[in-house]
Amino acid sequence: MAVYVLIENRYNKIKNPSFESLSAAKKLAEKFSTDNIAILFGEAENSSELGKYGADKVIKVNTGSDLVSRDVIIDAVYEILSNDSDFKALFASATSFGKDIIPGISARFKKGIAQDITELFYDSDPIMIKRPVFAGKAFEVIKFTDFPYFITTRPNVFKKAEYNSSGEIKEIEKSVSPDSLKTTLKEMKSTGSGQIELTEANVIVSGGRGMKGPENFKIIEDLAALLNAAVGASRAAVDEGWIDHQHQVGQTGKTVSPTVYIACGISGAIQHLAGMSSSKYIIAINKDPDAPIFKVADLGIVADLFKVVPALTEELKKVLNK
Amino acid sequence: MKIGICVKRVPDTETRPKVASDGKTFDLSEAKYVISPYDEFGIEEALKLKEANGGEVVLISLDSSGDVSVIRNGLAMGADRAIIVEGDGERDPYETAVVLSDVLKEENFDMVFFGKQGVGHDYQQVPSIVAEIMNLPMISVVVELKVEGDTVTAVREIEGGEEVVEAKLPVLISAQKGLNVPRYPSLRGIMAAKRKPVDKKSPNYSSEKLSWEVEKVELPPPRKAGKIVEGEVEDQVKEIVKFLSEEVKII
Ligand SMILES: Cc1cc2nc3c(=O)[nH]c(=O)nc-3n(C[C@H](O)[C@H](O)[C@H](O)COP(=O)(O)OP(=O)(O)OC[C@H]3O[C@@H](n4cnc5c(N)ncnc54)[C@H](O)[C@@H]3O)c2cc1C
Ligand SMILES: Nc1ncnc2c1ncn2[C@@H]1O[C@H](COP(=O)(O)O)[C@@H](O)[C@H]1O
Repeated sequence: MAVYVLIENRYNKIKNPSFESLSAAKKLAEKFSTDNIAILFGEAENSSELGKYGADKVIKVNTGSDLVSRDVIIDAVYEILSNDSDFKALFASATSFGKDIIPGISARFKKGIAQDITELFYDSDPIMIKRPVFAGKAFEVIKFTDFPYFITTRPNVFKKAEYNSSGEIKEIEKSVSPDSLKTTLKEMKSTGSGQIELTEANVIVSGGRGMKGPENFKIIEDLAALLNAAVGASRAAVDEGWIDHQHQVGQTGKTVSPTVYIACGISGAIQHLAGMSSSKYIIAINKDPDAPIFKVADLGIVADLFKVVPALTEELKKVLNK
Repeated sequence: MKIGICVKRVPDTETRPKVASDGKTFDLSEAKYVISPYDEFGIEEALKLKEANGGEVVLISLDSSGDVSVIRNGLAMGADRAIIVEGDGERDPYETAVVLSDVLKEENFDMVFFGKQGVGHDYQQVPSIVAEIMNLPMISVVVELKVEGDTVTAVREIEGGEEVVEAKLPVLISAQKGLNVPRYPSLRGIMAAKRKPVDKKSPNYSSEKLSWEVEKVELPPPRKAGKIVEGEVEDQVKEIVKFLSEEVKII
């Protein structure tokens, strides 16, 4: 019996949302008085932190390559879980990786999964979770009717907690014959290294159609750099071709939950609000006092963004001594 | 090439869901229905492949509404025919995948497209489950696709980067925004769609126990409008800095 957590390892570094998922799983493992076991593929420079954030054990799967195809992961995790006839749950973070792999594994157990959850009610019996639907315009509270549970946790919602568990590592080898692979991972590319990923960001500065052109995103980037923030955008800005679609926030973009979201020249259409209204604080800068974004903003600045944003950047430089 | 696309009929993105009187479902009586926006990227890509290689493009939907007009929009874009399995497409993603797989097995497609997720429930899991049931290669969240002979090379989006993945036909693809820009149906397409075949089938659900029950549904607490600051830029900037340091506490 155990709770398992599939860890996302990219460029030999465990991603932060995996630690969040690990800590969330540890609390469930404690409830069941059982071990929380992390499953890691390959070498990661920060693997010693797995114990810190709640792994009682780590199963490290060595495949002999940094490019591990999804079939290899699904097979290996399925094998590990099949050896535990009474496993309680499999967790991962709700990233492109987790949302793709976990349903592949749950399918072999003939189960659906609770994807992208934002709350776990540890004290309910049976366990219940909450997950956003309609991109956050509403929520469903779901009761599991059967073990095992398959869960992906939304990044930036569950907090990492220090458990200082033993994190003892057990290595297993998984030999991969390339011919048997259904899909082969050829390459991993990182776009704009050093950029902060939207779904993991604590602060987001976003620009919309009010930016008027691609060249003006520079003022958003400058402000973002000072605040250690990720850069977001409305669909209008993306569809104009001013910024890559990876930056789109909203119902058909990313759903984000930063501490503070700064919307510049964004009107606040329902599809945009769906993606960002779970932000803790919202600041809106818009020249139209009737813009719907002001109905959800904690601080609304009625102004020309081309005046306020650069002035804010200058003022912050002074305040932060940068 | 014979290409399938699984399309889900969903409330459009303008929809404001309300909690129904049972507390467990949503009142969507005022919603307009559309093909889930991500599925449209799949339709567009399938049509392009057909234009380049010839073949057939087939829409498959599990839907109990009896409303064929939404699926006809996909035919109006250019798909050749549609199969509607008349069952509950929202019951459980595993069940949905089982029912869709039955049709996909019968049809023997070279390639099947899905949307990244069905908007509304936002499950984002049906394609991965279908892949396991059918034991086929699957590449999800695809933003670039190349088909050469029987080799498919796809670029999939991951946080802060991309992955390049290769597979052999037959293959399943889930489409992400960025893959293409879906066409609008032409007037001719809309007329032609009226005569295109729409087959109806009954679903064969698996006898597996469902994994969960909905306990209740709810709306997020409404956000209230906060402080509005007009006036001089200088004062507005001071106000933001003060807010960031005293309320948000990040500086
Ligand atoms: C199926 C579907 C899915 C969608 N998904 C998304 C999604 O995921 N994300 C999303 O964002 N949208 C989405 N949309 C689009 C959405 O409906 C809106 O069209 C879009 O959000 C508008 O973007 P915007 O606010 O930047 O532009 P606009 O609505 O044009 O607003 C621009 C704002 O900038 C302000 N402005 C202009 N100049 C200045 C200035 N100098 N200083 C200050 N303010 C200024 C204006 O007052 C205005 O309020 C979707 C739509 C559909 C149909
Ligand atoms: N009821 C359905 N009928 C047809 N296709 C579906 C259905 N449900 C899901 N799909 C397909 O699976 C994709 C992902 O859906 P989901 O896993 O529900 O978010 C959708 O974009 C569709 O391509």
